[in-house]
Amino acid sequence: MADRKTDIGPPHYEKFLPPIIKANYGKWKHHEIVKPGVLMHVGQSGDKLFSVRAATPRLVSTVTIRLFADIAEEFCDGHLRWTSRNNVEFLISDSSKVDPCVARLTKEGYPVGGTGPGITNIVHTQGWVHCHSAATDASGVVKAVMDELFPYFNDKKLPAKLRIAFACCLNMCGAVHCSDISILGVHRKAPVVNHEQMNKMCEIPSTVAACPTGAIRPATVDGNQSVEVIEEQCMFCANCYTVCPAMTLNDPINDGLSIWVGGKVSQARSEPMFSKLAIPFIPNEPPRWPTTVAAVKNIVEVYAAHANNYERMGEWIERIGWPRFFDMTGIEFTKLHIDDFSHAGETYQRSVHFKRV
Amino acid sequence: MATKRETPLLDELMTGPWPSFVKEIKLSADDGKDAASDLLGVLEKSYNERIGHWKHGGIVGVMGYGGGVIGRYNDLPEEFPAVAHFHTIRVNQPSGWFYTADVLRKICDIWDKHGSGITNMHGSTGDMVLLGCNTDALEPVFAELTEIGFDLGGSGSDMRTPSCCCGEARCEWACYDTMAACHDITMHFQDELHRPAFPYKWKFKFSGCSNDCVASIARSDCSVIGTWSDDIQVDDAAIKEYADGKQVDIAQDVVRLCPTGCISFDGSKLAIDNADCVRCMHCINVMPKALAPGKERGATILIGAKAPIIGGALLASVMVPFLPMEAPYDDLKELAEAIWDLWGEHGKNRERVGEFIQRIGLGNFLEQIGLEPTPEMVAHPRTNPYIFFELGEEDGEE
Ligand code: SF4
Ligand code: SF4
Ligand code: SF4
Ligand code: SF4
Repeated sequence: MADRKTDIGPPHYEKFLPPIIKANYGKWKHHEIVKPGVLMHVGQSGDKLFSVRAATPRLVSTVTIRLFADIAEEFCDGHLRWTSRNNVEFLISDSSKVDPCVARLTKEGYPVGGTGPGITNIVHTQGWVHCHSAATDASGVVKAVMDELFPYFNDKKLPAKLRIAFACCLNMCGAVHCSDISILGVHRKAPVVNHEQMNKMCEIPSTVAACPTGAIRPATVDGNQSVEVIEEQCMFCANCYTVCPAMTLNDPINDGLSIWVGGKVSQARSEPMFSKLAIPFIPNEPPRWPTTVAAVKNIVEVYAAHANNYERMGEWIERIGWPRFFDMTGIEFTKLHIDDFSHAGETYQRSVHFKRV
Repeated sequence: MATKRETPLLDELMTGPWPSFVKEIKLSADDGKDAASDLLGVLEKSYNERIGHWKHGGIVGVMGYGGGVIGRYNDLPEEFPAVAHFHTIRVNQPSGWFYTADVLRKICDIWDKHGSGITNMHGSTGDMVLLGCNTDALEPVFAELTEIGFDLGGSGSDMRTPSCCCGEARCEWACYDTMAACHDITMHFQDELHRPAFPYKWKFKFSGCSNDCVASIARSDCSVIGTWSDDIQVDDAAIKEYADGKQVDIAQDVVRLCPTGCISFDGSKLAIDNADCVRCMHCINVMPKALAPGKERGATILIGAKAPIIGGALLASVMVPFLPMEAPYDDLKELAEAIWDLWGEHGKNRERVGEFIQRIGLGNFLEQIGLEPTPEMVAHPRTNPYIFFELGEEDGEE
């Protein structure tokens, strides 16, 4: 195997850049949104680059990638890129090709949009398509939510950007803990231990150590060396299940979704913020998750109606106060909304500076 | 030839304006991929039963690599034989996710030959994800990928595949060359990427400015955020144009929303008290034709972000307030290596570096890696008096 190549790393990006980008690299002057989904970047040279942004479902077939390759060849000499939010962008230097490219993508079912103050693609995870610890499906919920919020992807404007993220368990592959709206799959039942398999499939000390709350301890059950779970201490993080497949957490009735609001990563105006709990639990309702979709839509609409321009979800809620957020959205505030993990006390209101409903 | 699966529930996700992942899986199934057909079957079952059917685990991979492949098995292999194994291959994306039609077709050829035809463009960390193949397909896929110049990304307790925003390639706000830095770091640390040797994962993410398009401050152990150390560049003529136009109300949309109140505007001329500016990007975002980051550019290095597992979510915190980002990025590499040495030796299994820092204390951490404490690193000094004084020989005990 003398010629087996390893550690060559990714190809150098320069090979894939269109000539207009090579010529204007580091020398862009400004940009504007020409119309929904079309950005125009202007170089100091006066060159104009048009990026046509289209939605993809993230899970894409090679058939579709080949289609994108054909479209890129037809309209922009084969140059395309993906965004950090799973949109595909066609990099066009001939302005007369913009509209035909938009028309073609629309016709093929990959709508153009996702620019400016509105909603772009939902960053999401694997769900039942591929992951072991998923409390729900990711792609299905995303599809159902985006079908409903589609006008905001396309041309309907919001006060500011609204970033939605989805993760199917507390591992949160994706920036779910810092999004304007986060949809998070949750388990609600402690793992069921397969005592016969435990010692064969897993290392007991590392399984015990995997639990952040110390809820797992070694035990001998029916003569098997195994572990037991102190159920009151379990917060359903699935960490043990990731380390040890003999600790099943998935449950058809008790798994579902939670909704979080007000996070962001951008530092414009205010510092980055974590998302905070809005709705602790919504049952799984495949294939279209109507309760979840309605809950997200409600939050978006209340925000759209009341936030000021440039105000992200979290900034709006900070201005009006949480009592009013719950009042205006009609979401019930419960014991579950009050933090009880480490440093929970930092989230208590320790002044009279709370806003009235 | 796999059984054609009836999918009445999934079919309800074929309609509506948003592109459908079900359609994508069906495209691959119709393209002759048995794994895609069986995936439809498993997924329909999950939609019926409201439970997943995947098992994690088993060490699978390519020879000499400890990462880059995620082992996945179905728990109903007899019913769905074509997805009995359904491993994921993470392919290290080029910086900024730029491709050409040509190279994409070559990747498709490989994946059509050996795998399910299904991909994620892209996974959450940034890799191109080839979703679903047999164990015996791994080596051939790897060999053919390296033949066309691609390599695997990271997984497990290693340096995960670094990612970056498109930076100077297409953004006037980039304060350093994110794509070059990301590529250089990825190439320099190939061993750390491919052979897990850390207590847990380590992510680098490179954003050209504090708009942070790759969410580095929330998602990376080492977040490199572009910034500047001089004054915001103001184009007075362009300010005048904004003032005369209808798009922006400078007083309302810019001056009032500056978080530090450091902008003043008299109706035609805009002035910024740059000493008070926190480089948040708001004013620049609103008036891209008139304002630009300063000319002395570099990055702030922040360490320790993570999602909740295990000890709760953390945002990254400031480690180096300003670092010029010039190739070959020796300062950044040395900082990362100093942290890896310390955390590698003293970090607990599955303890991210942010959690490690909290456990041992930022002060101790800085001392160990050889960085001087500075006020930029904290929101404010301590409020509790429980100071662990460390008296040396020459102190006290008169
Ligand atoms: S969020 Fe959890 S269930 Fe979803 S893909 Fe990540 S680890 Fe798997
Ligand atoms: S799910 Fe999490 S909290 Fe519960 S036992 Fe497993 S590791 Fe511990
Ligand atoms: S992070 Fe900043 S520099 Fe990078 S693409 Fe986003 S706005 Fe541009
Ligand atoms: S970058 Fe932010 S802090 Fe600085 S002047 Fe502009 S709005 Fe104010």
